[in-house]
Amino acid sequence: MSFLTYLKDGISLGSVYAIIALGYTMVYGIAKMLNFAHGDVIMVGAYTALMMITRAGLPALPAVLIAMATCTILGITIEMVAYRPLRKAGSPLAVLITAIGVSYLLQNIALLAFGADGKTFINVVSLPSLNLFDGQLVISGVTIVTVLANIVIMICLTLFVKKTKRGRAMQAVSEDRDAAQLMGVNVNGTISLTFAIGSALAAIAGVLLCSAYPVVTPYTGAMPGIKAFVAAVFGGIGSIPGAMIGGILLGVIEILGRAYISSQVADAIVFGVLIIVLLVRPTGLFGKNVQEKV
Amino acid sequence: MAMLEVQNLHVYYGMIHALKGVSFTVSQGEVIALIGANGAGKTTTLHTVTGLLPAKQGSIVFEGKDITHVPAHKIVEMGIAHVPEGRRIFSQLNVYENLIMGAFTRKDKAEIEESLATVYRRFPRLEERKAQRAGTLSGGEQQMLAMGRALMSRPRLIVMDEPSMGLSPIFVNEIFDIIRVVSEGGTTVLLVEQNAKKALSIADRAYVLETGTVTMEGKADELLHNEAVQKAYLGE
Repeated sequence: MSFLTYLKDGISLGSVYAIIALGYTMVYGIAKMLNFAHGDVIMVGAYTALMMITRAGLPALPAVLIAMATCTILGITIEMVAYRPLRKAGSPLAVLITAIGVSYLLQNIALLAFGADGKTFINVVSLPSLNLFDGQLVISGVTIVTVLANIVIMICLTLFVKKTKRGRAMQAVSEDRDAAQLMGVNVNGTISLTFAIGSALAAIAGVLLCSAYPVVTPYTGAMPGIKAFVAAVFGGIGSIPGAMIGGILLGVIEILGRAYISSQVADAIVFGVLIIVLLVRPTGLFGKNVQEKV
Repeated sequence: MAMLEVQNLHVYYGMIHALKGVSFTVSQGEVIALIGANGAGKTTTLHTVTGLLPAKQGSIVFEGKDITHVPAHKIVEMGIAHVPEGRRIFSQLNVYENLIMGAFTRKDKAEIEESLATVYRRFPRLEERKAQRAGTLSGGEQQMLAMGRALMSRPRLIVMDEPSMGLSPIFVNEIFDIIRVVSEGGTTVLLVEQNAKKALSIADRAYVLETGTVTMEGKADELLHNEAVQKAYLGE
């Protein structure tokens, strides 16, 4: 029964990774950049929700909505101020290094504002736990909400990208920026929208992560951010279902590795699996093998 | 007054001075060809007209409005569609979705359906393959898709870059027939072609570009019989 418990914990953690990975993968697919500050947006989301609950005394749902709005504005601002001018200058490497810089900037602002000590997070999910097998397997409310949220987000995003005009514009920009412009698509606007969606999702991920592991520090987002990046690559960067499957697999591998092999090398196992997957399938599990006719 | 008036256009790629004062005009209803060797600046000219490249100097006026510094994504709404070199269709989208992308700036649902029906009438093959992924089409079909996609914006001026490039002779003829039909339908055409003979045979007037400047201009049939043009571009 302990295996099922570990599996459940893995899926729960993996669902958080998946929600973060969606932001990574969409930004990569459309803006063609790795936003290494994405993980720290999670931390901002978690702090914002916590402050709204403890300081402003708001109920959980409005607090989460405010956190999402804050992260959305933050994401759009980061893109406009830090990445857009460099994108125009046409240096992908400069954008990447700037993203790392933004990551440290956010961490240090949080350090200044909230201090280095962890703050106890308040579980935002008031759902009761589910007891199965005479109480041998307990599925907490947070786990249920996390997994459901992941599934709902993934379905909504897929429908949005495939079925709506804005979503199709995203696909067009992702494939050929110039041709998309010739159709009348505002590329900068489309990239802003992508950052907005990714950052709002990061806020959700932050709140869910800190509800399950109830401490928030300025570095809360850093490691999950990297893991989610791994999950996105694992699943095939640029692919929405890939991010979800990659995230869940990663969470499960991490928790099972921690339980059955060693908690010290769990992270090493995660990255080891990534290396093996990339050796066998360089494009990741769901990566597109694009063949174009000339 | 000319529909499109390009004056003294200067464009740089970094340090390279690609266009050195190109001027030309396109009048309503005309088919204008820009011919010239590789690297003469034909594609650069088109990219600058539709906003993909910035002009350092000079002006582009379309229907009386200065569009020199209008960004690319706003040009299509003003009535200019660009069929880019190498087709640049969205290979991951299907044929129908590509065509709908062409109508991106339009909001009139019923009329978009009408345009779609018109494009399908003009290119029956596209209708047959509407659910197929565009990347799996043949080169000629992709060219048709690129043209159909451009027509979906209902342009008054259509700009085409090397539409016959890499196509088999049968498709080349078909593409030129379509250009003629598009022109007869009332759309003004600005055409860049390496196949100078074909281009001159359907154009009203033409400009010859050489290393970033216009070296010759005139009626297409006159250029077709001009000795210097024949020697340099018609392989005679």
